Amino acid sequence: MAIAPPERRLWWKEPLDKAEIIWITIAFLWGVVMFLAMIYWHIVGEQNLSNEAYRIDPEVFAAKAEEMTEKYTVREEGDTGIPVVHPPPGSDVYLISRLWEWWPILELEKDQSYRLHLSSMDWQHGFSLQPTNINVQVHPNYDLVMTIKPNEAGTFSVVCNEFCGIGHHTMVGRIYVTER
Amino acid sequence: MAANTAFRTCPDTGLKVHLPAQALIKANAVAAVVFLLVGGVLGLLVALTRSELDFLPALPAESFYAVLTAHGMDVLLFWIVFFEMAVLYFASAILLNCRLAAPWLAWVGFVLMLVGAIMANVAVIQGESSVMFTSYVPMKAAPHFYLALILFAVGALIGVGVFFATLVIAREERTYEGSVPLVTFGAVTAAIIAVFTLASGAIILIPTFLWSLGYIAHIDSMTYKLVWWAMGHSSQQINVSAHVAVWYAIAAIVLGAKPLSEKVSRSAFLLYILFLQLASAHHLLVEPGVSSEWKIFNTSYAIYLAVLGSLIHGMSVPGAIEAAQRGKGYTRGVFEWLTKAPWGNPAFSGMALSLVMFGFLGGISGVVMGTEQINLIMHNTLYVPGHFHGTVVAGTTLAFMAITYLVVPLIFQREILFPKMAQWQPYVFGLGVAGISLFMMGAGTLGVARRHWDSNFSDATLTFEYPAAAFLMLGLNGLFAIMAAVGGAMYVVVVVGSILFGKRREGAGEPAQQPAEPPAGAAVGSYGNAGTLHLPGTYVLVGVFFVAFVLYYFVNWKYLSEVWPLS
Amino acid sequence: MAESDQPSEHDDSGPVPFMQRVLDNPFLLLFLGVTMPAVLYIIWGVMEIANIPIAK
Repeated sequence: MAIAPPERRLWWKEPLDKAEIIWITIAFLWGVVMFLAMIYWHIVGEQNLSNEAYRIDPEVFAAKAEEMTEKYTVREEGDTGIPVVHPPPGSDVYLISRLWEWWPILELEKDQSYRLHLSSMDWQHGFSLQPTNINVQVHPNYDLVMTIKPNEAGTFSVVCNEFCGIGHHTMVGRIYVTER
Repeated sequence: MAANTAFRTCPDTGLKVHLPAQALIKANAVAAVVFLLVGGVLGLLVALTRSELDFLPALPAESFYAVLTAHGMDVLLFWIVFFEMAVLYFASAILLNCRLAAPWLAWVGFVLMLVGAIMANVAVIQGESSVMFTSYVPMKAAPHFYLALILFAVGALIGVGVFFATLVIAREERTYEGSVPLVTFGAVTAAIIAVFTLASGAIILIPTFLWSLGYIAHIDSMTYKLVWWAMGHSSQQINVSAHVAVWYAIAAIVLGAKPLSEKVSRSAFLLYILFLQLASAHHLLVEPGVSSEWKIFNTSYAIYLAVLGSLIHGMSVPGAIEAAQRGKGYTRGVFEWLTKAPWGNPAFSGMALSLVMFGFLGGISGVVMGTEQINLIMHNTLYVPGHFHGTVVAGTTLAFMAITYLVVPLIFQREILFPKMAQWQPYVFGLGVAGISLFMMGAGTLGVARRHWDSNFSDATLTFEYPAAAFLMLGLNGLFAIMAAVGGAMYVVVVVGSILFGKRREGAGEPAQQPAEPPAGAAVGSYGNAGTLHLPGTYVLVGVFFVAFVLYYFVNWKYLSEVWPLS
Repeated sequence: MAESDQPSEHDDSGPVPFMQRVLDNPFLLLFLGVTMPAVLYIIWGVMEIANIPIAK
């Protein structure tokens, strides 16, 4: 029994049943398949998070976002007049997260690539692009860069999905994707 | 402690029970159940609030986040670790027929844990520490919140130390022959992982405590998260090791099942010891600045070798049961052994449900979600709690509940009060938890955020609506949470009732006249299993599981391939 | 894991096999179980975080 010491002194010499050997082999190979799948996806898959990141001072990041916003604002929205920014395809796009907003609103073009920079001004936040459902963690003092290429037009929301205090559930941003 | 020599002999198992160890097992088990009760009630409140159903009560935002913080600590840490201490003392002193090393020190550990656990709850109730279980910096809690967790970790570490010291004593005093029992080996695995877990916790929480007092200016959020998860995730790996050991123990005690192969089962535990803790990386797959090499290697437990360990247990536990049942003559067809199993015994049914649900709900979803790229469509959604309610609640909690039905008669020496209610309890709780796990995963697949008070975003400047199906999932989650809460209440009523009012069992409290023989090794069947065992039922079950695993794995790659390309 | 074994020979005499001795030694296992994740997860991870460049 499993609650008593092994019956045999040299239990390591126990012969194994064939079925057990087969199962262990299958399970091991399946592990190898799942391991290789991640590497394979880096080579051929289109959804890989870049690991490009920099240490950055929140003020420096905010300055870059404001510079972009000043240049490319096309209109304002919402009660608080959040700028809607239409940056040129291929450019560096900055999205600030802070208690409790995503700033500014972005307007992107379908099937164009953008280098999206994410960083927080205060606590950690969660970039959750809905309804597409892409989720990335946002840290203060770190600038996470990823190249995104919207593959559908429409209105998308950025929900914060890392708890960030009492206003957490009001922290919603927006990204528009327009047809070219 | 003069009582160091006091033993009694268990009339059921012939085990020699060290009375100071028994007292510690009782104390830790009782503390565990109290925190399960508190944490369970808080969990119900969380699920009701999130259900978005008008006819169910909901918490205001501020209390919701406080309650969620306390829920996580009480059940994920306090209930589980207190119970694990009981498991460690049982698997060392009792199963090895040995005295427990330094019971006074174990009591010091217990008191530290208790003080820490109570202090943490007080800190959260005071309202300045609604930082979630994870307390990610730079969000700051009150200093005594961190201090409480440090005290708890130190106390638990002392308990683990007592466990290891008991192993040494047992070996030196030759209280057992040969190698330790498999269940004890599983407990060794849990204890080893606990050392890494609790040490990591201390390493990161002590500077964070100093930071909250103002002695340290800055804690790096990435480093905090990396080290914190060496505690946060590994603490759940203690559970996995402990509840697998519990599965083996229940199968042995209830059915007399013996491991198919000591070698295979122990090697599977060795894989846990070496690789299971690497999976802390599951929480850093979408973080800035760590390389894909690090992510892939660690998230896959070094090429899924720890998953291999689980898959091995997934065959050897039901296999041991099938072998034992066939040995008793239930040999008709593929599944007579299963249909004629003692489904009315809550220890067995709880164990069986725990095994199945841990595999199908918690296990598969964990591996899928821990795939580097697939994590992009699941990170911090409700899929995450859906997954770990499948592992920690359906797996660990149900297994611990199941073995309580053996601990009460054997250690507390009381008959189970309300046997009918006990019989139903694992099913009610199990079904409730299965619903919680599935519907949270469903909502998460639809993008719903975890740790979020308002899925309607009514106070947000910019509006957003989740799809209608997501609300269906949230509502069902609320309803199944009620069912799980009923099942949890049944457990508490049965256990507390039995301990306080259950009929005392024969031979209780009689000191042993002389050390009893160790239990005869239940020499059913012959040695080893090559060519002697044919277990068609287990092969079918394992096959079904494997197919489900593979299909679900690839379905999620398909989902991933449809979202915005990113690189 | 080497799975090569002689058939149903129940020889219980002789020296304890190496792997059995490893599995019977909880403190060796403790050392391995703490060192592996400490090196592969924590140290490797902290080194990567420490090497994140500063933004231009």
